[in-house]
Amino acid sequence: MSRTLHGKAVVPGEATGRALVSRMPITLWGGLNPATGEIPDPRHDRCGEVVTGRVFVFPHEKGSSTASAILLEAIRRETAPAAIVTAATCPILALGSIVADELYNRRVPMVVLSEPDLATIGDGDQLTVFPDGTITITVPDSGS
Amino acid sequence: MPLRLSETDQRMLDGEMGEAARMALSVIARMAAVYEADELMDVTQAHIDGCGLLSEAGLQFAETLAAQGARVRIPTTLNMGPLDLQHWRDFGIDEDFAAKATRQGMAYEAMGCVPTWSCAPYQGYLTPRFGQQIAWGESNAVVYANSVLGARTNRYGDYIDICAAITGRVPRCGLHLTANRAGQVLIRLAGFDEALLARDEFYPALGHLIGPLVGEAVPVIEGLPAAATGDQLKAFGAAAASAGAVALFHAVGVTPEAPTREAAFQGRQPSRTVDLTPADWQAAWEDLSSAADGEPIEMVLLGCPHFSFEEFRRLVEAARAQAGRAVHQNVTLLVHTCTTSHALVERTGWLDELARFGAKVTLDTCPFHTPVVPPETKAIMTDSGKCAYYAPPELGVRVAFGSLEDCVLSAVEGRVTRRAR
Repeated sequence: MSRTLHGKAVVPGEATGRALVSRMPITLWGGLNPATGEIPDPRHDRCGEVVTGRVFVFPHEKGSSTASAILLEAIRRETAPAAIVTAATCPILALGSIVADELYNRRVPMVVLSEPDLATIGDGDQLTVFPDGTITITVPDSGS
Repeated sequence: MPLRLSETDQRMLDGEMGEAARMALSVIARMAAVYEADELMDVTQAHIDGCGLLSEAGLQFAETLAAQGARVRIPTTLNMGPLDLQHWRDFGIDEDFAAKATRQGMAYEAMGCVPTWSCAPYQGYLTPRFGQQIAWGESNAVVYANSVLGARTNRYGDYIDICAAITGRVPRCGLHLTANRAGQVLIRLAGFDEALLARDEFYPALGHLIGPLVGEAVPVIEGLPAAATGDQLKAFGAAAASAGAVALFHAVGVTPEAPTREAAFQGRQPSRTVDLTPADWQAAWEDLSSAADGEPIEMVLLGCPHFSFEEFRRLVEAARAQAGRAVHQNVTLLVHTCTTSHALVERTGWLDELARFGAKVTLDTCPFHTPVVPPETKAIMTDSGKCAYYAPPELGVRVAFGSLEDCVLSAVEGRVTRRAR
């Protein structure tokens, strides 16, 4: 069972991964350990999870402008999410992805969806993000 | 809509002004698409945050630009760096870390940046003027420049800041434009007595309260006293930009774009109004602490953002109030500051006095970017809402928030001791 959502490609690119869904805004400075890909903040609803290879889904970014440096380092170390999907443009994270593309020719695609569309993505759903901002979602088969 | 580039922009993007300028303008142009800006604009000053964190990628980025001969086109200051360049050996910093941090610093200085190494650039050299279009990084500096000085900047993250400095250009959007500087959310302080409004710890806790309430919106605060000091507004803004994404606030009768409520909202209506009570403030104050009264502490961290001359004065007075008692043997009291404040303090007798009290002063850096907090540290205390917010995830510690005076008292007692509430 798969369906399609249409968003805006803020950083265009293609990627596939299982959704890691958070309902909280995040700053990656203090919110992501680039050495391990882990979320270390005890106040975060996905504390302890590893973002590496996942499509990280959350409402919007907040806080420190150092977050782009964290994302750049995570991309260099290959601990970054496969893609980032949000309900608002996240310029600081987009910047980290764009600088990584300039420096290493690698980027994390970023797509912005409407809030209602974002809310339809479930944790663990299989997502593919396309350069035009389209996202296909396959919900893991529950055996029906 | 495609991005309109000036002739010079296009020459930079085509590599005619060197590979560094090409890469810098490419980052700016791609970010213009992110912001949905249709053209670029000039900025006349920059403040670099990207020099602060030491990572392999950040070092490679800076050294790549410097090796390509990048030069800043506008006066550019540096945020605090990953190393106390003079005293790092005193703090037992690893040689390899220090060598890389020094290389990163040298790369930024080679590009022509002024070695201010401060996260409080508004209290030092090259303070921007009202209405000046600037490109500043560091969330607390951004909110101060926009709100208190009335200069105009978006929140420039690592590493668009140096790209703006190299090109002198930014996407034309956001808080650079008058209409986007209008207040959106009205915040009314109801029932706060003057004594509370005068207390320094009122401001970081208020920032911690308002930040998450407004997110990225521009709050207009009614009820702050006109006598609020620069240090108090700095502490407020730093906390609001940590717990939320505040890049500009107006305080009616206090900040320059808010002589009246109408002016702050540019004649529009607030999208919503929030009344805050002392009980709300008290809850935010408590939320800043995870360490309880009486809990032993190993460190007290002051100077987030970097300590000003006046904050040193208060620290000295608080130390004197201990009447000869000094910092507890189990506690390190660390004050973070910059060379501009420090140069003024050197003209007083305070540094000797603070050394005798047991306080350590460190320049150019902060505990989040240089390894001065031992990994086994369990609990710290701070007077900063920003430090209290970031310490648990970044330093892996429990934290107690309190006034500067209570921080000093706790440093002496060796445990969280808060007198005034």
